[in-house]
Amino acid sequence: MIVDIRVLRRDFPTLAQIVNGHPLVYLDNAATTQKPQPVLDALNHYYRDTNANVHRASHALSGQATRAFEQAREKVARFIHAPSPSEIIWTRGTTEAINLVAFGFGRHFLQQDDEILVSTSEHHANIVPWQQVAAATGAVLKIIPLSGSAELDLAAAERLITPRTRLLAIGHVSNALGQVNPVAELIAMAKAVGAVTLVDGAQAVGHFPVDVQALGCDFYAFSGHKMFAPTGIGVLYGKTEWLEKMPPWQTGGEMIKTVSLEHTTFAEPPFKFEAGTPNIAGAIALGAAVDYLQGLDRAALQRHEHGLLTQLLNGLTAMDDIRVIGRPQAGSVSFVMDEVHPQDLATLLDMQGIAVRTGHHCAMPLMQALGLKNGTVRASLAFYNTEDDVAALLAGIDKARELL
Amino acid sequence: MTHPFGTEITDTEIRALFAAAQGWEARYKQLIKLARQLPPMADESRVDANAIHGCESQAWLVGECGQDGRWQFHCDSDARIVKGLMAVVLAALSNKTSAEIAAFDMDAYFEELQLLSHLSPSRGNGLRAVVSAIKAKAGS
Repeated sequence: MIVDIRVLRRDFPTLAQIVNGHPLVYLDNAATTQKPQPVLDALNHYYRDTNANVHRASHALSGQATRAFEQAREKVARFIHAPSPSEIIWTRGTTEAINLVAFGFGRHFLQQDDEILVSTSEHHANIVPWQQVAAATGAVLKIIPLSGSAELDLAAAERLITPRTRLLAIGHVSNALGQVNPVAELIAMAKAVGAVTLVDGAQAVGHFPVDVQALGCDFYAFSGHKMFAPTGIGVLYGKTEWLEKMPPWQTGGEMIKTVSLEHTTFAEPPFKFEAGTPNIAGAIALGAAVDYLQGLDRAALQRHEHGLLTQLLNGLTAMDDIRVIGRPQAGSVSFVMDEVHPQDLATLLDMQGIAVRTGHHCAMPLMQALGLKNGTVRASLAFYNTEDDVAALLAGIDKARELL
Repeated sequence: MTHPFGTEITDTEIRALFAAAQGWEARYKQLIKLARQLPPMADESRVDANAIHGCESQAWLVGECGQDGRWQFHCDSDARIVKGLMAVVLAALSNKTSAEIAAFDMDAYFEELQLLSHLSPSRGNGLRAVVSAIKAKAGS
């Protein structure tokens, strides 16, 4: 199937804007993606037509809302090939999903001298919660270093995974450099020593299909807004055996079985982990985003995105004063320009309607390891970007160079 | 702490420069030119105690009040456009009394210069933080 991206872009009203007098070139998709009309319609439909709380009332609207909410859970389970919808927990996003595991697993099942393994290239959301767990339990945080090419050092990882390793928490795709980590290999190594595994999939799910059973991870976390759904909704996939063992991390309504003034028993997973009124509209709209993606030829979109990545990398490497950091494979491309502060470059791109991100991209340890004091400029792609977007960025860099 | 902003180059000159600048490219060229006219801050001043937080780039501010009741400020940043914007701020607020600094309408000034987006709190370059820090120093 040949995908006509120009037609597909019409599904995303935000992309048709004029910014600073220029047609918007949106290349900040790693921060958040734009939303297609079916996702916007799902939000609108919920609030207009079926607004009611879920799992509580016996009236018709609540029944409709509950059905849509639980159907969305089933859609997400199928989307990542989870064995059961009861292994899908709604969270606010990737960060809350990781914090849920840090609390429910980390604080309750780790103890003094247990080892937690993360990598240098992690987003802060997959470092800071583990630092806190280590501080609270006496567990030790170990870091998989980078190899010379800024990729994760697999040989070092092999040495670092020992019988003391209780948890491996690893990003599927680096948000700063767009590198795809060898998660399947790492999970296999960790499982061989009996460690639990968590994958931060925030930068993966919007770019290629993910199969949690094929990966064999215990937990997989991602956000809706980086895969064309709204902000404030995300997912933690967790294997039933862990979800049953882990205590709830927030308590209150919705997550209980029975409450007396003396004692409470908790609901079964996933409800045990969903205290309070959830983001019902967000969950339903995430279901709509899954439907939207699955209605497209994802393999064709992946090829298109890969073509854009190649065009971008070729264009950047042809510039003598530009240095691409690492080996980008999905989504993000980070680069620096000789003698130019990333923020100056980004400001001048913004004036040309080109949206990119600058700075440390919430991966300060990575930037330190790479000696990038001022961070990088990051252009991050989605399938709705075009060859023209990439050409505009490259021309925008030339224009900025003239001005600087 | 000597530089021309607030003395030789005041907000009146800045307004004239930007009124003559046609289009965004001319305005940003002007900012980069102004950045060059603001001498770098001494290394001993570029320390954490003088750092302005809320900047994607690094930024520093020092200031002292002379016996004449006029404040002298100096800023620096490792990003050129931010430094140019700081020069624009210094032209307006350096060599002024506390009362003059408090009375200065920075939003209106930046709007006139067509640089208002840089004062947005979400912009990340911390220019608003620089302006607040100057106003706080002069107000204390």
